[in-house]
Amino acid sequence: MGEFKVHRVRFFNYVPSGIRCVAYNNQSNRLAVSRTDGTVEVYNLSANYFQEKFFPGHESRATEALCWAEGQRLFSAGLNGEIMEYDLQALNIKYAVDVFGGPIWSMAVSPSGSQLLVSKQLLVGCEDGSVKLFQITPDKIQFERNFDRQKSRILSLSWHPSGTHIAAGSIDYISVFDVKSGSAIHKMIVDRQHMGVSKRKCIVWGVAFLSDGTVISVDSAGKVQFWDSATGTLVKSHLIANADVQSIAVAEQEDSFVVGTAEGTVFHFQLVPVTSNSSEKQWVRTKPFQHHTHDVRTVAHSPTALISGGTDTHLVIRPLMEKVEVKNYDAALRKITFPHRRLISCSKKRQLLLFQFAHHLELWRLGSTVATGKNGDTLPLSKNADHLLHLKTKGPENIICSCISPCGSWIAYSTVSRFFLYRLNYEHDNISLKRVSKMPPFLRCALQILFSEDSTKLFVASNQGALHIVQLSGGSFKHLHAFQPQSGTVEAMCLLAVSSDGNWLAASGTSAGVHVYNVKQLKVFEYSIPDKQYTDWSRTVQKQGFHHLWLQRDTPITHISFHPKRPMHILLHDAYMFCIIDKSLPLPNDKTLLYNPFPPTNESDVVRRRTAHAFKISKIYKPLLFMDLLDERTLVAVERPLDDIIAQLPPPIKKKKFGT
Amino acid sequence: MVEKENIRVVRCGGSELNFRRAVFSADSKYIFCVSGDFVKVYSTVTEECVHILHGHRNLVTGIQLNPNNHLQLYSSSLDGTIKLWDYIDGILIKTFTVGCKLHALFTVAQAEDSVFAIVNKEKPDIFQLVSVKLPKSSSQEVEAKELSFVLDYINQSPKCIAFGNEGVYVAAVREFYLSVYFFKKKTTSRFTLSSSRNKKHAKNNFTCVACHPTEDCIASGHMDGKIRLWRNFYDDKKYTYTCLHWHHDMVMDLAFSVTGTSLLSGGRESVLVEWRDATEKNKEFLPRLGATIEHISVSPAGDLFCTSHSDNKIIIIHRNLEASAVIQGLVKDRSIFTGLMIDPRTKALVLNGKPGHLQFYSLQSDKQLYNLDIIQQEYINDYGLIQIELTKAAFGCFGNWLATVEQRQEKETELELQMKLWMYNKKTQGFILNTKINMPHEDCITALCFCNAEKSEQPTLVTASKDGYFKVWILTDDSDIYKKAVGWTCDFVGSYHKYQATNCCFSEDGSLLAVSFEEIVTIWDSITWELKCTFCQRAGKIRHLCFGRLTCSKYLLGATENGILCCWNLLSCALEWNAKLNVRVMEPDPNSENIAAISQSSVGSDLFVFKPSEPRPLYIQKGISREEVQWGVFVPRDVPESFTSEAYQWLNRSQFYFLTKSQSLLTFSTKSPEEKLTPTSKQLLAEESLPTTPFYFILGKHRQLQDEKLNETLENELVQLPLTENIPAVSELLHTPAHVLPSAAFLCSMFVNSLLLSKETKSAKEIPEDVDMEEEKESEDSDEENDFIEKVQDTNNTGLGEDIIHQLSKSEEKELRKFRKIDYSWIAAL
Repeated sequence: MGEFKVHRVRFFNYVPSGIRCVAYNNQSNRLAVSRTDGTVEVYNLSANYFQEKFFPGHESRATEALCWAEGQRLFSAGLNGEIMEYDLQALNIKYAVDVFGGPIWSMAVSPSGSQLLVSKQLLVGCEDGSVKLFQITPDKIQFERNFDRQKSRILSLSWHPSGTHIAAGSIDYISVFDVKSGSAIHKMIVDRQHMGVSKRKCIVWGVAFLSDGTVISVDSAGKVQFWDSATGTLVKSHLIANADVQSIAVAEQEDSFVVGTAEGTVFHFQLVPVTSNSSEKQWVRTKPFQHHTHDVRTVAHSPTALISGGTDTHLVIRPLMEKVEVKNYDAALRKITFPHRRLISCSKKRQLLLFQFAHHLELWRLGSTVATGKNGDTLPLSKNADHLLHLKTKGPENIICSCISPCGSWIAYSTVSRFFLYRLNYEHDNISLKRVSKMPPFLRCALQILFSEDSTKLFVASNQGALHIVQLSGGSFKHLHAFQPQSGTVEAMCLLAVSSDGNWLAASGTSAGVHVYNVKQLKVFEYSIPDKQYTDWSRTVQKQGFHHLWLQRDTPITHISFHPKRPMHILLHDAYMFCIIDKSLPLPNDKTLLYNPFPPTNESDVVRRRTAHAFKISKIYKPLLFMDLLDERTLVAVERPLDDIIAQLPPPIKKKKFGT
Repeated sequence: MVEKENIRVVRCGGSELNFRRAVFSADSKYIFCVSGDFVKVYSTVTEECVHILHGHRNLVTGIQLNPNNHLQLYSSSLDGTIKLWDYIDGILIKTFTVGCKLHALFTVAQAEDSVFAIVNKEKPDIFQLVSVKLPKSSSQEVEAKELSFVLDYINQSPKCIAFGNEGVYVAAVREFYLSVYFFKKKTTSRFTLSSSRNKKHAKNNFTCVACHPTEDCIASGHMDGKIRLWRNFYDDKKYTYTCLHWHHDMVMDLAFSVTGTSLLSGGRESVLVEWRDATEKNKEFLPRLGATIEHISVSPAGDLFCTSHSDNKIIIIHRNLEASAVIQGLVKDRSIFTGLMIDPRTKALVLNGKPGHLQFYSLQSDKQLYNLDIIQQEYINDYGLIQIELTKAAFGCFGNWLATVEQRQEKETELELQMKLWMYNKKTQGFILNTKINMPHEDCITALCFCNAEKSEQPTLVTASKDGYFKVWILTDDSDIYKKAVGWTCDFVGSYHKYQATNCCFSEDGSLLAVSFEEIVTIWDSITWELKCTFCQRAGKIRHLCFGRLTCSKYLLGATENGILCCWNLLSCALEWNAKLNVRVMEPDPNSENIAAISQSSVGSDLFVFKPSEPRPLYIQKGISREEVQWGVFVPRDVPESFTSEAYQWLNRSQFYFLTKSQSLLTFSTKSPEEKLTPTSKQLLAEESLPTTPFYFILGKHRQLQDEKLNETLENELVQLPLTENIPAVSELLHTPAHVLPSAAFLCSMFVNSLLLSKETKSAKEIPEDVDMEEEKESEDSDEENDFIEKVQDTNNTGLGEDIIHQLSKSEEKELRKFRKIDYSWIAAL
């Protein structure tokens, strides 16, 4: 199997930004998540909660609302006062429309069940107290009219499922509007009292309009209140927290809803019959879930799970046991913290690591040691890791992707609007950086950048679906070729891989097709997964099946690499484990132990050979962000302990231990 | 020998009031609680016991109002009967004989003519819930054998069963699961909590359950202090629950208010928590209730709650969470260190009560009079915490002084010891702390006694300790310019060869002090504190020590650990007699020479009453209790009894009470239980219309006086007859038990004659004849008696087993014979 010297890197000071909104799409079973830096991510809940799409953030675009419309269209609105639609194929922003109402705090799409409306409508609530109705046309949105203007900002909006009325939460009151006339028919004043003490203001953070006319509101006094929208009266009030209740989401059947509080607790409410033989039902708070340390800014309710996200940057998916039919891995609690894409690239030759942050890049040289030790020893460093370079981007846009060449002399990164290429010169310990100017106009926005093994070629996947090959030599570059996408598709390529001899380039797009290009002959060979020629090994794997514990893993594998000298070895890792698969060894069956970190050394070779199987799994490093081979005997592993992230977040609301 | 049955060991009050949930009457005027074999009816306003419903022959295990007639009460007992009472008049209406032990009783309004009970039929620890059909019959004794089984494998405690929502379902909890049985569907749903051994779920056990009165909601209490509210439980999959968590320790009981808007819970924190709307944030507290809440009940009218506490107390609480009344029984949940004492002033029984308190308990009214806080520190209720214990107490100088000793020993070497002396204040009618002595001894105090001599001018207290010393404390003037303040100081320290002092005792006149040092008894002069003499029997450490009284004051008695009872003559300084008797309790009667000793054997405890002057006991009663008797005390009677038979004469002036290991307070009684009704309850029986206010008692007295006057006038009108009590023949006739009386033919003429006016016709010569005959008879009798004594000694190894009762019956026979002779003489004279 071989032993490795492992660089255990913990100086990647990465803090993901907090989650602001989540929007669940029932049709495609996808989840859109927006973060406080404006990043929007799309998770595919059917595909093991893989983060399949990603829109980079922008400093001035704090997203405050996110919603799906007409099945596949994703809209967001933010404090810059614009509504944006995202192009989920090309992975860019289709357009942005200024609503002229100041910062937008809330947005809601008209319900799908509405019979009255010809087409979908989008409603936004603004800082100036206006509620604006937009018509969604097939390729744009169009302003239709304003509703009665309110005194203060509209923080939350909810449509009645029939589409005739809306509820809008503001500061100290909730308004109910008639959609047809656009006038407020009720104004329901929310009690400012908080645990007997009158607070200055009571902010209605969220409202939900149920089909029976009940409006549920959550507010900053810690209350969940039920209102009758027909009479405008308070029906029931649940005090559930000492701090703000910040978010609410109702299940589609309207038999349960979920609220998130600033104390990090998520409460589940269920509609339960009062007695078994009567049809009368009441809302009952059932279970609290404490999976967050900080504010739960947003919640979503999928048919089988409660989804919550907040300032502590975790996306938590808590399945509802009574809704899960079988106990498979859908029934497990998931916590997603790190993006499922590469933030780290590594120069094998010079032992450099390039870390990608939202607005800057960091280049580090790995430390080295002269000591040797036994398996499992921690070796002392003779030379500490060096922070070589801190490269700040210009402009407010976030970095999409970055890469360092294997030789270490090129760095490339890209934002939404510009592509940057730098040449690094090493003179003893000094580094000089020179920007390669005059990038060709087609190289404007890259979704993925890759250097060839010999660092002579640069592969760039642009968001128009084209793949560009650029020849690098000395301080200059030359555009070699562009593989244009097949006619009619604008599918973005988001994964790139190159073979070690530089002849073959593989690219994968969002629709999971794999394209393989021959770089020399500049021809396209395409395989889609179903009719790809599998190797014999993968055929046996398919035949025999994986170990049951392996199949029970619930985190996607984020990186795969091959051992350069031993072709039978595949290295792969996810956030919690690192695994080496030896194709020459037999596959484990369900009876063998999957997780055997070290085969017992005291036993004879025969026994060891018998117990050995193809999967070698190590769980020492977690959470593991990146792992790669530096050379055949050295590995580099980048970890990011969760406690370090929590330490860099603002302090959570202090709670007394016994809650008195 | 038949007369012996007259004297019985009886439970005298002090039984647990907190054994089961108390029940309110429909109008909240009365509260019912089980108390041993009885059901007590208290007024919720005055806290007075209005009735005692007795009729059960074993422990009462459940009471419920009759749902069809709220003026009636059902009670169930371990004797296998369900009784129906009219609680207003205190009348037993019906008895339903079920035939197996009933452990709890439930009634449901919807289930007409049947009640529910917990029984165990087959194995001793498997309990079933059954429904008992109560047949309709006019007779008083009804057999109710029609049981139908509802649930199996349930918990014995009635707290773990609850009937919900108009009797549609019943919820039962046990260990880690909740079972709900639906009567209509006849199905059982079972919900199990995780019971894994890991820290989080280790204490998930269910402890109690309650059902919402109107909604389908079950509240369950848990070992870890959580309360779960279960809903949707008719669906095995979609059931859901909410957690309420405030208690840090086990939830002892739960109750919903009548409307169901609030849930009450209680536990070891001694705090009643009211959860309003079943929400976690909206709760109210009633703290400092004094002891663990064992049960909570709610009045059907909804205006009152009541909590039963582990210190045998019931607190009645208003709807607005204000305690309105306290019904306090004898506090029994802790071990008794001080023993039983009698407060000379109130004649109340004094013993350890609440933690750190001394309780004064009235034996007559079965009620706690008051608590005296001795330790005067906040009691922290936490498991495993070593508390300050009140270990010794003694009254001195006719109740003017009270001495208490408290100690706390965390480790072998760290002893905290404190002695407090309390003076009775006539103004406040209570004890006031006078002197506090820190570390009066270096080691635990083993005995404490006051010099109670009548003529002693200076109060004197002696403490004996394991450190080998005894100290004499006297009351002296404190340094105060007015010379009014008094305090206690140490006057003398004595020791004997560094032996541990184990006991001390003053003679009746206070002239001598006996202190035992392990095996040796030393006698000290109480004026000069000189060692007078020592007694050593080498028979083990002295466990009890006491002087004889009145005519026997020259004797000193000591009981040792090796089971030897010794009696020394103080005049001859020699051992008078000794006997082999494993004495556990030895108590002298303050009003007579008698001393009661209770010995412990493997079978049970036996009582011996003897005078120090003679080694033969006056009275023996075997098997007074199955378990170990820990303490005993003589209580002087207010009105002396007049037992003529010698065997009971020891009970004439005092009554003997004793306390067993399980803390049941027992005594000897010759009366039938019906006669033991307290006078107040009898009054109330007669006068139901009057409310039980203090005015009532004044009014009631007034009426009685009127009645008496009426009687007097009637008597005056009658012809003055000779008072029958003064005629000896009549009194003998009336006092002799019927079964030893000769036939009526013999007595008739004597009786008739006694009613005639005497004429002094008795001839002088006849009397000597009688005497002669008597003497002859007497010699015969004594022979018989000797034979009997030998027999007894054969069967009895204790050596003291002589039965003197027989002698008494003999003497009676003699008297009767005398009557016979007199009879004949009268005929002759006529």
